[in-house]
Amino acid sequence: MATPRTSPEICGMGHSMKRKEDPRFIRGRGNYVDDVQLPGMLHMDIVRSPYAYAKIKSIDASRALKIPGVLAVITGETLAKYNLHWMPTLMSDTQMVLPTDTVMYQAQEVAAVIATDRYIAADGVEAVEVEYEPMTPVIDPYKALEPSAPVLRTDKKDKKDNRIFHWQAGDRAANDKAFEEAEVTVAQDMYLPRIHVASIETCGCVADFDRVTGKLTVYMTTQAPHAVRTVFALVAGHVGLSEEKIRIISPDIGGGFGGKVPVYPGYVIAVAASVVIGKPVKWVEDRMENLQADSFARDYHIHAELAAKRDGTMTGLRIKVLADHGYTDAAANPSKFPAGLFSICTGSYALKNAFAEVDGVYTNKPPGGIAYRCSFRVTEAVHCIERITDVLAQELKMDPAALRMKNFIPADKFPWKSALGWEYDSGNYPAALRKAMDIVGYEALRKEQAEKRARGELMGIGISSFTEIVGAGPSKQFDILGLKMFDSCEIRVHPTGKALARFGTKSQGQGHETTYAQIVAEELGIPASQVQVEEGDTDTAPYGLGTYASRSTPVAGAAGAMAARKIREKAKKLAAHLLECSPDDLIWEPGKFSVKGAPTRSKTIQEIALAAYTNHPQGMEAGLEAVSYYDPPNLTFPFGSYIAVVDIDRGTGAVKVRRFVAVDDCGNIINPTIVDGQIHGGLAMGLAPALLEEISYDESGNITGGSFMDYLVPTAMETPSWETDKTVTPCPHHPFGAKGVGESATVGAPPAIANAVVDALSHVGVRHVDIPITPEKVWRLLKEKGLSE
Amino acid sequence: MARHDIRLTVNGVEQRVNVESRLLLVHLLRENLRLTGTHIGCDTTHCGACTVLLDGEPVKSCTVLAVQADGAQITTVEGLEQNGKLHPVQEAFWEKHGLQCGYCTPGMILTGCALLARNKDPSEAEIREAISGNLCRCTGYLNIVKSIQSAAERLRQQ
Repeated sequence: MATPRTSPEICGMGHSMKRKEDPRFIRGRGNYVDDVQLPGMLHMDIVRSPYAYAKIKSIDASRALKIPGVLAVITGETLAKYNLHWMPTLMSDTQMVLPTDTVMYQAQEVAAVIATDRYIAADGVEAVEVEYEPMTPVIDPYKALEPSAPVLRTDKKDKKDNRIFHWQAGDRAANDKAFEEAEVTVAQDMYLPRIHVASIETCGCVADFDRVTGKLTVYMTTQAPHAVRTVFALVAGHVGLSEEKIRIISPDIGGGFGGKVPVYPGYVIAVAASVVIGKPVKWVEDRMENLQADSFARDYHIHAELAAKRDGTMTGLRIKVLADHGYTDAAANPSKFPAGLFSICTGSYALKNAFAEVDGVYTNKPPGGIAYRCSFRVTEAVHCIERITDVLAQELKMDPAALRMKNFIPADKFPWKSALGWEYDSGNYPAALRKAMDIVGYEALRKEQAEKRARGELMGIGISSFTEIVGAGPSKQFDILGLKMFDSCEIRVHPTGKALARFGTKSQGQGHETTYAQIVAEELGIPASQVQVEEGDTDTAPYGLGTYASRSTPVAGAAGAMAARKIREKAKKLAAHLLECSPDDLIWEPGKFSVKGAPTRSKTIQEIALAAYTNHPQGMEAGLEAVSYYDPPNLTFPFGSYIAVVDIDRGTGAVKVRRFVAVDDCGNIINPTIVDGQIHGGLAMGLAPALLEEISYDESGNITGGSFMDYLVPTAMETPSWETDKTVTPCPHHPFGAKGVGESATVGAPPAIANAVVDALSHVGVRHVDIPITPEKVWRLLKEKGLSE
Repeated sequence: MARHDIRLTVNGVEQRVNVESRLLLVHLLRENLRLTGTHIGCDTTHCGACTVLLDGEPVKSCTVLAVQADGAQITTVEGLEQNGKLHPVQEAFWEKHGLQCGYCTPGMILTGCALLARNKDPSEAEIREAISGNLCRCTGYLNIVKSIQSAAERLRQQ
C-alpha cells in the first residue's frame, strides 16, 4: 500500500479513517424512512393479486370503508381519473401503477388502503373484496416466444409478440470463422436464476403534499433522488406537480444494491394519496411484498460456446441469452444498452473474436432486470466467461489457473480494445492471480485434493479472474431516460476553513460521508473531520444520477476532486495576493501554499479561506466555492482474482466454503478499511446466489420463495472468514486513479464457488452445476455418480 | 379490540401504556415511545433487525406482543450508552468497521451484548452461532465477528 500523502490529522486518501456516519448508527440514531413521523400522517397498505394473470371483474371497497379509521381505498379507476394509472419504467417501458382491468403477475398492486394507523390499514386490505377471472399465465420464457403464445402486452397497440428487444455485439462472421477453424470447442448451457437484493430495510416513502405552498416533499428509499424528482415532474406535471415544487429526500438508506433505483407503484400511489387528501402518507412494504413484487435481478438463460487451440489459446466466444424480464422491462440500464454491459463477457482474456446476443422477453412474472449489487448485467457476463473457461480447462485437461494465465490480456497491452468494443483502461491480471495463488497455497491445495480424492473425500478449488466495467458513464453513450450519466459535487469552504461538500449521489451504507470527506481533504488539505458531506436532498444537493453500478467514486468522487481543484486554483490566487508574489511562484503541499525557495513564507488553506471572505483582492469575487459536473471520459475496469476452496459432504450434499481468497484491484484506494468492508459484503452477496438464493415460480406463476423462510440470505454460519488482499493498478483517466469497488466481489465470487464445486466433482465427469448449488442439487448429483454416502 | 394497561421498564425508565392486544413490542417501542433505533426488516422473525433485550435475553420484538412485555425490563440500542460513554460493544463496532448501512446494527450490537454477558471469551464459532439469527446484507459478517471479539477483550479488561 502506498504511503498516504497527507498527515493523519488531514486524513486524505489512503488513511483508514473511522467512519463519520457511525456515531449515529451505533446509537440507533440513524434516520430511515420508517423513522419519519409527521403530524397528521396517514398510513397506506396495498391489496395485491393472488394470481399471476387475471381479469379483474370487480373491486368492492365498501366493507373496508366501514372500518373506523379507513379513510380511502384507491384503485386503478381512481388514478385513471387523474391519468396517473400508468407510469414509465427507467427503460422507457411502461408499467401499471394500479390496474383498471387486468393483473399481470402475482403480488401486483391492485388497490391501496389509506388509514389513520398501520394496523387499521392492514385491516382494510383484508376487507377489500376483489373478484378475479384467472387466465393461463405465460411463465416459461421460451414458450413466451413461441408463435402460439398469447401476446401479454395488449396495452401496446402494435405489439404482436412477447419479445422486448434483441441486442447483439461483435462480428458474427469473423467469430463463426474462428469457430470453424478451432481445434477445440466447448459449449455449456447455464441459468442464472431470479434473485432479489433483499436489503434489510425494505422500500417505502412518506409523501407530504402541502396544499398551501403546493410543495411535495417525499422521503423515499431511493438511490437516485434527482432522477426520481425529474420523473415525477414529467409523469405528474399534468396534475400540477412542477419540478421546483418537488423535493425528494433520501434519508439514511438501509441497503440498496440496485433494488432502490426503480420507482415502484407504491411510491406513486402514496404521492397521489397525499396530493388528493392533503396529508402526509406513509407506505412501507413488508418483507414478503418486498421479495414478491419489487424488481428482480438476473433471470438469464445462457448458452455459451468457447473456441480454442489445442494449447489452450482462446480464439472465439459465442453467447446467446434469453432474458426473462417479467411483465415489464424494469431494468435501470443506460438507454442504449438494453442488455446492460453484458458485452464485458470477453472478461480478462485476449479474445480476438466474440459475438454475443440477448433477447428480452415478457412473461407473467414481476418486473425484472435490475441489478443485484452489480453494474448492469456484469455478473451475468462474468459468470458466463469464468464458467465456460473452466469447462474448456476440463476439456483440455489443463489446470484452470494455467489456462487463465495463458489467455490473460498482457499487462503491457493496456489500454486494451476488446472484441466487443470496450477500451479497458488498465490492468495486471497475471499479478492478481499469482498473488491469490500464493496466498491460498494453490500448489499445496492441489496436492491435498489429490490425496483426499484417493481417500474418497470431495474437495474443490475454484478460480475466478474477473474484469468489471463500472462507473457509468461517458455522456456520449450513457443516459437513463435521456438524463446523461455525469455526476456532481459542490464544495463551500467557510471563512473558518471548514467545508461543506454536497454530491449528486446517495450512500446506502458505502460510507460516502467519510470517503468523500477524505477526497476533499486530499485535494484541499482541510481535515476530513472538518468536511461535512451531504447528499440525498434534491433541494440542496447538485443534480446527479445517483449511486449504483459502482459509480460514486468513479464519477461523483471525481467531481469532488475537480471541484476541490477549482477551489485550489482560486486559493492559489488568494495566497499570491496575501504573500505578495506571483501565483507561479507558489507550490502546494497538502494544506498550504508556500513560496518557492522560501518555505517559511506560506499560507494555510484556513488562512486563505478567511481571506476569501475578509481580505480578497479587488476585482476578485469573494467566497471560496466551486461546483463540478464530471463527465467521465471512459468507464473504469476493476478486476481481481478469487480462489474458493470447498468441501462437499457426501452424506448431505452440503457445500462448505472452507476458504475464500480475494485479491482485488480497484485502482487507488481512498479508505482501505472501507474498501475491505465493501469487498467482504460483496463476497457474501456473491456466495448467496452461488449456494442459497433463488426466486422461482410454479406453472401457475405462484412464487415459491417469497419470504425469508424460503429465500435464504446468508448468515454468519455460511460465510467464511474472508481473506482479502490487493494489487493497485491506478485508473489512468480518473482524477485520482480510482476505479470503484462496491460490486467487484458480488460479480467475481459466484463463479469461483461454482468452479470449486465442479472441480470437486470433475473426476466423475461433472462439468457444470447451475447456481444456486443447493445441498439437494449436489446430493442428487452424488447419487447419480454413485458417490453419495 | 381489547386494550390493556401495561407497565414496563425501557432503558431504565418506567413506562405505563395502554395498548391494543395485537400491538407488537417493536411498534410500541418505535411508534409509541419513539425509540426508532429498533428496526423492522421482516415480519417473520428471520432478520433480527428488531432485536432488543427482554430481561437480559435477546428477543425479536416483531414477534413479541407488547402485552407479553408487561412487567419486563427492556433494553434497546438507545439504552446502551451510559453517562455519555458508549458501551464497549458500540465502541468496537465503530472501531472495527462492523457496520455499513447501519440498519441491522442495533440488533447485532444487542445480540453481541447478550452473548458477552453470558460468555466473556467466545470463540469465533460461538460468535457466529450467536449472531446467526441476525441478517446483515452489507458486511459479510467478518467485521461484525471481529467487533464482538474486540468488545470481549475490552470488557475483560474493564
